[in-house]
Amino acid sequence: MSIELRQVSKQFGDVRAVEDVSFTVQEGELVALLGPSGGGKTTVLRMIAGLETPTGGDLFIRGQRVNDVSVQQRNIGFVFQGYALFKTMTVHENIAFGLKIKKWKRADIAARVQELLKLFGLDGLGSRYPHQLSGGQRQRVAIARALAPKPSVLLLDEPFGAVDAKIRQELREWLVRLHHDLNVTTIFVTHDQEEALEVSNRIVIFSRGRLEQIGTPREVYEKPSNEFVARFIGVLNVLELKVQDGQSRLGELSFPAHGVPEGNTLRIGFRPYAVQISANLGEYRYRGTLKHIFFLGVLLRLELETPSGLTLRARIIKEEFNRLGISEGDEISFQIREYRVLSREGDALTQETSVAQLVSLAEGI
Amino acid sequence: MAGSAASRLTRTTRSQRGTEELPWVRRVLIGIAVAFASLFLVLPLANVFLQAFSKGVAHYFGALADPDTQSAVLLTLTIALIAVPLNVFFGVVAAWLISKFDFTGKALLLTLIDLPFSVSPVVSGLIYIVLFGLQGYFGEWLLDHNLKIIFAIPGITLATMFVTFPFVARELIPIMQAQGSDQEEAALTLGASGWQTFFKVTLPSVKWGLIYGVILCNARAMGEFGAVSVVSGHITGQTDTLPLRVDKLYHEYNQAAAFSVASVLALLALVTLGIKTWLEHRQTADFARAQSDPSAE
Amino acid sequence: MAFKKPSPLPGFGLSLGYTVFYLSLIVLIPLGALFLRVVTHMGWVEFWKLATTHRALMSYRLTFGASLVAALVNSVFGTLLAWVLTRYQFPGRRLLDALVDFPFALPTAVAGLTLADLFSKNGWLGRFLVPAGIHVAYASLGIIVALTFIGIPFIVRTLQPVLENLEREVEEAAATLGAGRLRTFCSVIVPTLFPALLTGFALSFARAIGEYGSVVFIAGNKPNESEITPLLIFLRLEEYDYTGAMAIAVVMLLFSFTLLIGINLLERWASRFQN
Repeated sequence: MSIELRQVSKQFGDVRAVEDVSFTVQEGELVALLGPSGGGKTTVLRMIAGLETPTGGDLFIRGQRVNDVSVQQRNIGFVFQGYALFKTMTVHENIAFGLKIKKWKRADIAARVQELLKLFGLDGLGSRYPHQLSGGQRQRVAIARALAPKPSVLLLDEPFGAVDAKIRQELREWLVRLHHDLNVTTIFVTHDQEEALEVSNRIVIFSRGRLEQIGTPREVYEKPSNEFVARFIGVLNVLELKVQDGQSRLGELSFPAHGVPEGNTLRIGFRPYAVQISANLGEYRYRGTLKHIFFLGVLLRLELETPSGLTLRARIIKEEFNRLGISEGDEISFQIREYRVLSREGDALTQETSVAQLVSLAEGI
Repeated sequence: MAGSAASRLTRTTRSQRGTEELPWVRRVLIGIAVAFASLFLVLPLANVFLQAFSKGVAHYFGALADPDTQSAVLLTLTIALIAVPLNVFFGVVAAWLISKFDFTGKALLLTLIDLPFSVSPVVSGLIYIVLFGLQGYFGEWLLDHNLKIIFAIPGITLATMFVTFPFVARELIPIMQAQGSDQEEAALTLGASGWQTFFKVTLPSVKWGLIYGVILCNARAMGEFGAVSVVSGHITGQTDTLPLRVDKLYHEYNQAAAFSVASVLALLALVTLGIKTWLEHRQTADFARAQSDPSAE
Repeated sequence: MAFKKPSPLPGFGLSLGYTVFYLSLIVLIPLGALFLRVVTHMGWVEFWKLATTHRALMSYRLTFGASLVAALVNSVFGTLLAWVLTRYQFPGRRLLDALVDFPFALPTAVAGLTLADLFSKNGWLGRFLVPAGIHVAYASLGIIVALTFIGIPFIVRTLQPVLENLEREVEEAAATLGAGRLRTFCSVIVPTLFPALLTGFALSFARAIGEYGSVVFIAGNKPNESEITPLLIFLRLEEYDYTGAMAIAVVMLLFSFTLLIGINLLERWASRFQN
């Protein structure tokens, strides 16, 4: 394995920025550290780089414990959020910097820089200064500079944060291709769940300094280990229901009690795509009004309101929408295909650590 | 003074209708400001050169060629040559400390570095008399060992160092704080040592601010009067710096000669201002290039 | 808690050590020596007697009074200069902007020399003022002129960045709400500038209190009448009256330190309004 964290913690004064985080990254993987700002993900990245020292736990790179190894000797490539290009050096000098430090031969340096300029589509820009480059170019120089000395790991802190939306998309695809070609172990920090889902092989999700879940994009999306992850990755409808007469109810919606005693509450969550809609009022068990339709391209987001005033979010594809032939203000019928129990009142588990279980209603009703 | 380049640039880029004064108000305000500046800035400056040449060019250069004036020039240069490099070195070290690290007592340290700014020049000289004067703490010891600090070059140098102590640090700290530590950290991740990082990354990126600090420190070192006056002893041809020479000539009722020597110092001030303006212009230009739309790939 | 926040950058110990060493050598030990000397060689009674002689008291009054007037004059004209320099385009603006630092760069002895000459009875300004009965040179008015001269850069340079960073939108908002220009200036701009103005005022006041070079040339230096405190210290030293000089110096230092702390607090307070 390439990188391993064992119960790593970091405390700044009284603030526990990272608590007991353990995970491993395999050689050649592309891993995203995802979470809201202040979640501790950047601190984890900086600890791997050696820019911060853990206050607890052990950190391994390629089997070697590196807690006490200085940043210079870790052989990592780090791409800073603001790129941190050397303003007084040209693109060429920026990329050559690490090679000069490592005392490469002059001819080898020139060859390596040329190779990287070509690989990164920066031909002819070698003699420019950072301020003469566009945002996307600066970012590529920053990555080229980090990769030049052939690091064992490439670390990127919010690599796409500083560029505009269109270039962002191009850079994402470019990073995936680059990783595919070079196959260097890569870890990047992001607060954008879409970016993490799209780019990485695996995602490590942080919140308030704790590791919430680690898994493939599909795993964290389809099997979130708790409500925090479920809410953070994608949209989630959350209902708080009261148990009466063996059923949990909210307005006209009712679900099984799932073993919750009478009078207590049950929290459930379901994805917008789990809501099935029909123009035929008799087809599904619930009635609702179509309040708003948002066009998102190939997908549409719908907002439904039940007669008792509950608002639910649904998502359907364009073909399905066209087939239904509905428009804003129409009465429809709907059902919820699958949902998750988020928490039961009286359980020792807190909301965020409770393991949600997926309940399919297809056969239950 | 340097950090305003950004706003200076954006200032004129848009229409300001509705937030502008009436033209006549504007003209009156400009008029008063220019009149005040002319009276207090331009007139005194012009007067220095006019009085210096009041008895003709020959007299002017004669006054400058006077051996006592020549030795004052030499002494002033010598002292600046010792005091300025020492303070520059200190300024760079202190700026690194203050701008790159967070530690308890940083605010206090900053205040202490600023201290010499708020001490009267006369007091700045006096404190060295308390230490090294005949009745001072080390007075007898110095006498026994036949060493002279007060009324000699070391005393003048020390007083000058005290007065110019904060200049370089004060100039560098805001610039280095604004730049943050990203570039330095990037250098570290690429394997650079602390020294390599400092000399290849930090120093080049603050060079204009450093130059400015040096010339300001130098101008003050060469022009200091009060502190030097207290510790110099005013021995003509030996411990008179240029400003002290001006004072002496003035009290000898040699007005024109006093102004001749003063004009050299005024010229130094003008050159200092010229370099300062040029440096600011450079920074603004650098900033303009950094801001110009680079999206053309 | 830890004394220092961890940082990957090296050189903390070395730079802290050298900074404290050099600071102590050049600044702290000499200043401390003065206080130590006063404490060990002078009783409180003697100190008080020496620091409050009639001549000393008169010099305090003059120094403080003249510095205060000069700082006030600078507050008015400095604000105007800063305003004109940041807001208006006119020929010579850049030159004027550069000249503002002139009093800062010009050796004080030269400033004193030329100002004294300008206002003497044969000088460019004196030849008009002296016949009209206005005596500037060799009088206390001259002290105010000299202190005004040296204080100009402090107010202008403190206000300029604040004026430049003033959001146009705020003024435009006031305009869209129907406020006239004067109204906007008084109720929007002045309150924003005030903390910086106060800081600039304190800086120029502090500088004026300690000023020596420019004043001794233009003031008549008559005891009790036009003799500033730094000059009195200087004269005591010339008379080899070290204790007398030290007592007054300590008074000045204590005042300077109080002012320095005040300015620091002011700047901290002012910076709260800048973000």
